[in-house]
Amino acid sequence: MTRYIIRRFLQAIPLLLIISVVLFAMMDKMGDPLATMGGRKVTKPEDRIRLAHQLGLDKPLCVQYIYWLIGNDWTHPIGEIPQPNVGVLTPIVQCLDPRTYIDSDVPGTRKGVLRGDWGISLVNRQPVTQVIGERLKNTLLLMITSEVLIISLALLIGIYSALNQYSYLNNAITASTFILYSMPVFFFALLAMYIFSILFRKWGLPYLPTVGMFDPNIGQTPAQVAWHMVLPVATLSFTFIAGYSRYIRSAMLESLGQDYVRTARAKGLPSPEVIYIHVLKNAALPIVTLVALDLPFLLGGAIVTEQIFGWPGMGRLFIDHVSRSDTAVVMGILMMIAFAVIIFQIFADVTYAWLDPRIRYK
Amino acid sequence: MTAPPLDQSTSAVVNLIPDELETPPLSLSQLTWRRFRRHKMAIFGVVTLILIIMYAFGGMLFFSEADSNHTDTGNALQAPTREHPFGTDTVGRDILARTIYGGQISILIGITAMVVELIFGVSIGAVSGYFGGLLDSFLMRITEAVLVIPQIFLLLVMARYFSQSIPNIKLFGRTFSGSVLVIIFVIGITSWPYLARIVRAQFLSVKENDFILAARATGTSTRDIIFRHILPNTSAPIIVSATLSVAAAISLEAYISFLGLGVRPPTATWGNMLELAYKYINTAWWLWFFPGFFIALIVLSINFLGDGLRDALDPHSRAA
Repeated sequence: MTRYIIRRFLQAIPLLLIISVVLFAMMDKMGDPLATMGGRKVTKPEDRIRLAHQLGLDKPLCVQYIYWLIGNDWTHPIGEIPQPNVGVLTPIVQCLDPRTYIDSDVPGTRKGVLRGDWGISLVNRQPVTQVIGERLKNTLLLMITSEVLIISLALLIGIYSALNQYSYLNNAITASTFILYSMPVFFFALLAMYIFSILFRKWGLPYLPTVGMFDPNIGQTPAQVAWHMVLPVATLSFTFIAGYSRYIRSAMLESLGQDYVRTARAKGLPSPEVIYIHVLKNAALPIVTLVALDLPFLLGGAIVTEQIFGWPGMGRLFIDHVSRSDTAVVMGILMMIAFAVIIFQIFADVTYAWLDPRIRYK
Repeated sequence: MTAPPLDQSTSAVVNLIPDELETPPLSLSQLTWRRFRRHKMAIFGVVTLILIIMYAFGGMLFFSEADSNHTDTGNALQAPTREHPFGTDTVGRDILARTIYGGQISILIGITAMVVELIFGVSIGAVSGYFGGLLDSFLMRITEAVLVIPQIFLLLVMARYFSQSIPNIKLFGRTFSGSVLVIIFVIGITSWPYLARIVRAQFLSVKENDFILAARATGTSTRDIIFRHILPNTSAPIIVSATLSVAAAISLEAYISFLGLGVRPPTATWGNMLELAYKYINTAWWLWFFPGFFIALIVLSINFLGDGLRDALDPHSRAA
């Protein structure tokens, strides 16, 4: 098992490197980062050239990537490098020449991602780790609350509808989970916002806030944040509640028909014990993997949810900085997500093997 | 099929047989249709889908595209009236006409993105599953790399990367924003990994069958084995997942347009009609309700259809 985990981690390293190269190359062609820098316009051509030089944006892409990865605090001026002139191949020749990397008349201070330096945001000149860290806790608050809600509600609904297969309530539940499962996140969000904020206010009922994390007049108290979280959490969790409860229902039904359930009943075990220990335990096993592997989808839902509800989280940070071509922050977010997804994939495999002794990895 | 009657007595027997068989033998497609028909949700899905397509394409007879792009700032943000049944948007365009023309583009994006996904997914999955070895592990690493970044994040980066300066396209006398092509391509090349994995798994199991061995023994070319022997046997999960991916593509287009990096004006889609509509949630519900409703409805009906197809084509795949 330990060997399996170590091997998975070792396999993840080239994967992350490839992803980072491709994403970095894409970010480079995304537009002019100087055009939107820090809100002030850089108009004079000589200013632009000076600034681009200072930030290292005039270097070839491969050099920029290496500096991003391992830093540039080892560079120093080495004088004139003869520039080859081989047409389209020039950038490749440049990238293969180690002198391109070493030479720099601007003193390098970056340590590179591998040494924990994620660079500085072009937009607000703050370290990327700080920019992301501020937003990450808001996103985590949203996601962890949603995950708790998703798992508990999905289990409740799934168990209920598996045990009461032909009741009216069950038919209603099945139909509504089906509809909710196909509903786009934004439509649910807008509908919920319209009903619970706009219409409720119009009718004089207590209404939910639409945007933000707290009322600026009251301040960021836990009660305020919780009140503002209701709609975003509902939006983020509804698809997953619908999906997982359908899954649990069918897994429970399958499990109920198994021989060991009949044996347990034949032995005279009380019904709750059969259902919660024999049936549910076996049916709920795949849920662990499902939750861990669905992390990318939850993050995808978070980006839309945060945008609609003005939640100051990572998804909004990502959209803001993608549209301003802020490579450092965007790369930071994407690599962090990629890392988290890989960790959760390994975690899912390991937990599943731990919970289900029939599974063995070699 | 039946042999010609030899004499009176045998002919009587031969004539009896069709009567005695209470149900004539059904072909594969008839059996599939029977199973599909039993699935009420799927029938509902098909009917709704046909109605939506009729709405989007039949609506052309009543409104011209110029209507859908006609701006009238004096009439902006009008609530639904007799003249504008769905109201008008922030620059006074008629939302009814825009849902018609936007629907065409959304459906078009859904179908073509699915085709792009099929091309990539099936070929990569087939090559990977059939040949195995180093090529397989290389292709599967790429698949994993694409899967590790959540699709929406990847879509946002790629949409911005490819949509630098795409000119408008003229086709059938209509002008389309070039970003439509970008969105189709981008959705297609970020969606294939799931399909590729399904196809690969199918290929891995089908290629172990005896009839593949027989085909190889008779000297069938690799191309024929892949396309004529294995691929038709893997069609059920491919059809189901292609159907579902049309719905996925339509909603993905809506997501990125909603987030402001999707299809650019003048072309309307259901998705970009929603862009910034949430800013008017207090004042103009009709801005987001109608396009959002159409997206939800088409995604729902395609999902029902896909579910019915899964039951009909591949009855074993369903757990409960």
